[in-house]
Amino acid sequence: MDAFGDPATWLPFTFAGLMGLSILVYVCLDGFDLGLGVLFPFATDTEKDRMVASIGPFWDANETWLVLAIGILLVAFPAAHGVILTALYLPVAVMLVGLILRGVAFEFRAKAPARRKRLWDLSFFWGSLMASLSQGFMLGLYVMGLVISPFTLIFAATTAVFLTVAYSFIGATWMILKAEGNLQVKAIHWARRGIWGVVLGLGAVSLGSPYVSARIFEKWFSFPELYLLAPLPLVSAGLLLALWWVLRTLPRENDALSFLPFSLTIALFTLGFVGMAYSFYPYVVPERLTLYESASAPESLMIILVGTLLVLPMIIGYTVLSYVVFRGKATDLRYD
Amino acid sequence: MDTLILSRIQFGANISFHILFPTITIALGWVLLYFKLRYTRSGEDRWMDAYRFWVKVFALSFGLGVVSGITMSFQFGTNWPGFMETVGNIAGPLLAYEVMTAFFLEAVFLGIMLFGMSRVPGWLHTLATFLVAFGTTMSAFWILVLSSWMHTPAGFELRDGVAHATDWWAIIFNPSMPYRVVHMLLASGLTVAFLLAGISAYRWLRGDRAGDVRTAVVTGIGLGALLIPLQILAGDFHGLNTLEHQPAKVAAMEANWKTGPNVPLVLFAIPDEMARENHYEIAIPNLASLILTHHADGVVPGLNEFVTDDGAKTHPPVAPVFYAFRVMVGTGLTMLVLSWSAAAFMIYRRRGPEGLPKPLLWALVPMTFSGWIATLAGWYTTEIGRQPWLVTGVMTTEQAVADVPSPMVATTLAVYLTVYVALLVAYIGVLFYLARNGHYAKKRGRPDVPGMNPTPAE
Repeated sequence: MDAFGDPATWLPFTFAGLMGLSILVYVCLDGFDLGLGVLFPFATDTEKDRMVASIGPFWDANETWLVLAIGILLVAFPAAHGVILTALYLPVAVMLVGLILRGVAFEFRAKAPARRKRLWDLSFFWGSLMASLSQGFMLGLYVMGLVISPFTLIFAATTAVFLTVAYSFIGATWMILKAEGNLQVKAIHWARRGIWGVVLGLGAVSLGSPYVSARIFEKWFSFPELYLLAPLPLVSAGLLLALWWVLRTLPRENDALSFLPFSLTIALFTLGFVGMAYSFYPYVVPERLTLYESASAPESLMIILVGTLLVLPMIIGYTVLSYVVFRGKATDLRYD
Repeated sequence: MDTLILSRIQFGANISFHILFPTITIALGWVLLYFKLRYTRSGEDRWMDAYRFWVKVFALSFGLGVVSGITMSFQFGTNWPGFMETVGNIAGPLLAYEVMTAFFLEAVFLGIMLFGMSRVPGWLHTLATFLVAFGTTMSAFWILVLSSWMHTPAGFELRDGVAHATDWWAIIFNPSMPYRVVHMLLASGLTVAFLLAGISAYRWLRGDRAGDVRTAVVTGIGLGALLIPLQILAGDFHGLNTLEHQPAKVAAMEANWKTGPNVPLVLFAIPDEMARENHYEIAIPNLASLILTHHADGVVPGLNEFVTDDGAKTHPPVAPVFYAFRVMVGTGLTMLVLSWSAAAFMIYRRRGPEGLPKPLLWALVPMTFSGWIATLAGWYTTEIGRQPWLVTGVMTTEQAVADVPSPMVATTLAVYLTVYVALLVAYIGVLFYLARNGHYAKKRGRPDVPGMNPTPAE
């Protein structure tokens, strides 16, 4: 173990990395299916069925990444876990109720009597909206160091709206990939409008965090960091331009490039996430608690790490398998 | 009301709602695998029809279990941060292993199991069904390991008030774990047995004579008749284990105040914690000693031993534990009588459901959710029975509670309760709606309107 240096240093760092990875995977995967829920009112009844069918086999596994992320926070950083979750008590409750309403709607709308379907569609929309907004609100409050004041609340409300827009944007790009015909054209229109929200949202969080924290300002706007970090915003801008261009030219013959908006959006989300992770490191509760201060005992982390190294490749393996099995355009979901 | 009591009610409500669905999915997963394997071997449609009907019930239950399970995982942090701060080094890895070895497995393969039948080869679909059943069982295993450890902690030491693991083998195989795991898995089997029998008896009574209905009735009654004696045996062993490690809980279950030999079994009473005695007691002499120690003059601990000199109680609240235990046992005995008489009729008459008297079929319908009642009652017995401890001897429930304003807890509690009641009503409604209309035979052109079905000529 000496070869890796002090386990009290590298273990918390490794777990911060694993937690970051599962949050990122969660935001990309559950992001698109929550986003589709937010777009629900803009679709016709047949389109709604197709939208649900495109996420039916995946949503459950997508949501598991949230459980993993919260699990790692709870397991690896127990002290931070309590501080963060009690500070976010109400938005967490809103998110949970949203996830409940959204999750049960998948099953109920397909099995309940036809006249109740509209009710479950509403539950799907409101659940997705509540979950997206509250996650954005929590993100905003977290960026503001979990401090409650009129200014931070306004900032959090703004990020709530922007994250919801970002989710519906990635949802629309998923639909471009999975849908055909009218619904695909509709999804392209949704994405063309949503992209401006994404630009504003990325801008708000990128400018908001250095504005409130001198430390984050220092980390980005000093030399030589400025040069080393310059590729991050530049590549993001490039990705946005590419997205804007491809959305203008879709749909094409033989469904060409329909995978591109979704892939580009994932890349964009990843870059944004890396930027945030860089800003906050080494803090797990911004400006209050570092990940080293709040980490669990090294021997407990070691036990989990061994399991993680064995199990994570398998999880990734069968997650890929399920996306391969259900590749191609979404068709009606049937239990056979 | 203060934050502590509201948080307890909230956690109790959340876990009570959550436990209903894993209780169904754990065993139903294996029943589905059984249906699938029987179909693969025999090629008979009734097995596939049964699979297709019950996989919908599985999907619905699984969905509700997932969303309420996510709620549980957040509740630790929002309402009980002290728990993870004190025993996180032990609870953490156990929960992490649950997510990694069970949660992902079931969640990913569920997609293939539900919607992949026409997209993957038959063997892969059967494998997916197996992996989902295996995943739900693994999930239950890890959660029960943690729950058992909280009841009978082992393999750790306290340093500066924080628990540190010293022996993972002792933590996982803590003294009450094997009993708790077996008791819960059998409870799940019984819940599903009576769910199968109840819903199918309802379909049968409405005139649905499709092959899968009789298959499910026979499977349900058979499973129930098989498991109930095993469960009574497992419960007895679990009781002996509890007597050894948590005598205060057993004393509360029996509402026994004074330690001594020849303790009677209290059938009914109103326990009074202030007067420290029972009112209106109806009891059978010596029976509690006989059941608990297997000797008529065995010594059974009394609640009065768990009161300190200054009058503070270290035993759980008596009445809820006492009543919950009686509800559980009573439900179990009803299950025994019903499943055995139904099995006896079917074996004696060498027929399926048509061999059952109508009143017996009708009696099975209200038993549809009897497993839920017994499981919840058992859960209350064991969990309230652990109070005032959260982790026996290590930390009390009071020490773990979050410092959140009580109106916040009250508000979220009201919201959760509203959502849960609505979902429970919807769930039961949809199950019976499926029983009336969701039949696959209809899609293949066979009428299943009540009264219009041709009765099979058997």
